[in-house]
Amino acid sequence: MEPIRAKWNWKTNWPLHFMLLPSVILLFIYSYIPMFGIIIAFENYKSYSGFVHSEWVGLDQFRLLFNDSRVTEIIGNTLFISLGKMVLGWIVPLAFALLLNEVRHMAIKRIIQSFVYLPYFISWVILGAILTDMLSPSGIINQGLKALHIAPVFFLGDNDWFRITLIGSDVWKEFGFGTIIYLAALAGVNPALYEAAEIDGASRWRQTWAVTVPSILPVSVIIATLSLGNILNGGFDQVYNLINPLVSAKGEIIDTYVFDMGLRQGAFSFSTAVGLFKSVVSVILITITYRMAAKFANYRIF
Amino acid sequence: MYHKTSGYKLFYAINLTILSIGAIVCLLPLIHIFAVSVSSNAASTGNLVKFWPIGFNLDAYRRTLDSPDFAQALWISVSRTALGTALSMFLCFLAAYPMSKVNSQFRGRTAYSWYFIITILFNGGLIPTYLVVNATGIRDTIWALVMPGVVVVFNVVLMMNFFRGIPKELEEAAQIDGANHWRVLFTVFLPVSLPSIATLSLFTVVSHWNSWFDGLIYMSNDKQPLATMIQILVQKQDYTRIEMNVSEIAKISARTLRATQIFIGMLPVLVVYPFLQKYFVKGMTLGSVKE
Repeated sequence: MEPIRAKWNWKTNWPLHFMLLPSVILLFIYSYIPMFGIIIAFENYKSYSGFVHSEWVGLDQFRLLFNDSRVTEIIGNTLFISLGKMVLGWIVPLAFALLLNEVRHMAIKRIIQSFVYLPYFISWVILGAILTDMLSPSGIINQGLKALHIAPVFFLGDNDWFRITLIGSDVWKEFGFGTIIYLAALAGVNPALYEAAEIDGASRWRQTWAVTVPSILPVSVIIATLSLGNILNGGFDQVYNLINPLVSAKGEIIDTYVFDMGLRQGAFSFSTAVGLFKSVVSVILITITYRMAAKFANYRIF
Repeated sequence: MYHKTSGYKLFYAINLTILSIGAIVCLLPLIHIFAVSVSSNAASTGNLVKFWPIGFNLDAYRRTLDSPDFAQALWISVSRTALGTALSMFLCFLAAYPMSKVNSQFRGRTAYSWYFIITILFNGGLIPTYLVVNATGIRDTIWALVMPGVVVVFNVVLMMNFFRGIPKELEEAAQIDGANHWRVLFTVFLPVSLPSIATLSLFTVVSHWNSWFDGLIYMSNDKQPLATMIQILVQKQDYTRIEMNVSEIAKISARTLRATQIFIGMLPVLVVYPFLQKYFVKGMTLGSVKE
């Protein structure tokens, strides 16, 4: 092996740098320069002055932000919505994977899987439009409720129902895809463990508790931990495509607010400050949770 | 054997019922919207259509596909998807090769990995990115939909992991024959990695097709991709962009037309989905569960 190693030195390695060059340049332009552009959160940005020459205002934007009761309200909305999604988005896939794991008819299992993975790949533009149609007062869901003699529900027009609709529809879109990781973990369980439990006279229920659950516990803990990094992510695509003036009081999240203040109302510096606040909290959380996952479960992305 | 007990048989039946309900709930909304799109005007306006078309007809499809605005948006979606996927995969393929080397073989690899990781952890956020895209002068061109997200770091990681799985002997044999890095990449790595390139391409195609936000903020009305156009049509409940004369409005209800646009908007995803499904389980677990 040695002579080969020696051949691959600095002189022959320049193509490696060259291969990375286009990606490095593009990331510099579209990722690193915008990171530098965060500086406008500390400025009073004017487009003719640019990133560098706009008036420096220090922490004024942040003072404005934390004294704004609307912002506090929106942070509260975001936390409520994302926590709901996080908890249900953790339980439902886990439960569904455990149930799916019991199916022994492979054809049936595969058909169910094909159906439940599908919504994950459809964008919120499409799903938002479908939900708007189905959940409207005259839509098919309310017709169904009427047939069951239940009072109609204005899912997208009532503040409290709107949040529930957001959480429910998000779980609906994502749960199938979320089962994949658990099914992979379940497939890796050594069948000898079940056989041993069976010989010891364990019922299927007992086997589930003693063998199945412990074997997917590490993965599910990792997933729960890593999802904490998303706590300020309300889900822009979903909320933007379902929100309407009737429910903006309890439905507006940080990301939609940043969009509204920044691009609709032109408060570039203020909305960048709001976005920066969110990013900083997220990065801190991601770093902590990633370290925890690495320490306790030996999990690594790279 | 627990399979044989009557208690387990009961559980199995209940379990299948629950799972089937779960599966059907995922599918019914899509069927409903399709049924509305091919139903008669009266049936869909009167909210009579459930999951089976009433008064089957394809007028709304004909009308939608005839509209020049729709064709224009479709064309932009197709071109951004083709261009974006091709460029993104090419860059990913190039970048994954050096990253798949071990640190001792490629000095500087650690610095490059940090350079990539930082972009996942942190970004400039909406406004600074918007200002930079505007400043680079690509606003209102197809490049605004392609360039800002063209380097997909996650794909580079997946491709890198794949490259690491290629037997070292292949590469070493080529080196002994005097091949340099370029030759190794294009004559040894490229042929064996075609299946994974295809897989990642499918994902990129879907994400490009589904992208709507960039179209909303960077493109003027007449240059928006289909996803953005549908987003605006649905949100504003504004159908004026699909121009029609009065008699035609009477023939095709707004609801049918909207359902048609929604269905056409997700059709490509439905078409590639079976191929996608074959691979994404592998892709998902490749990225997340490692021994």
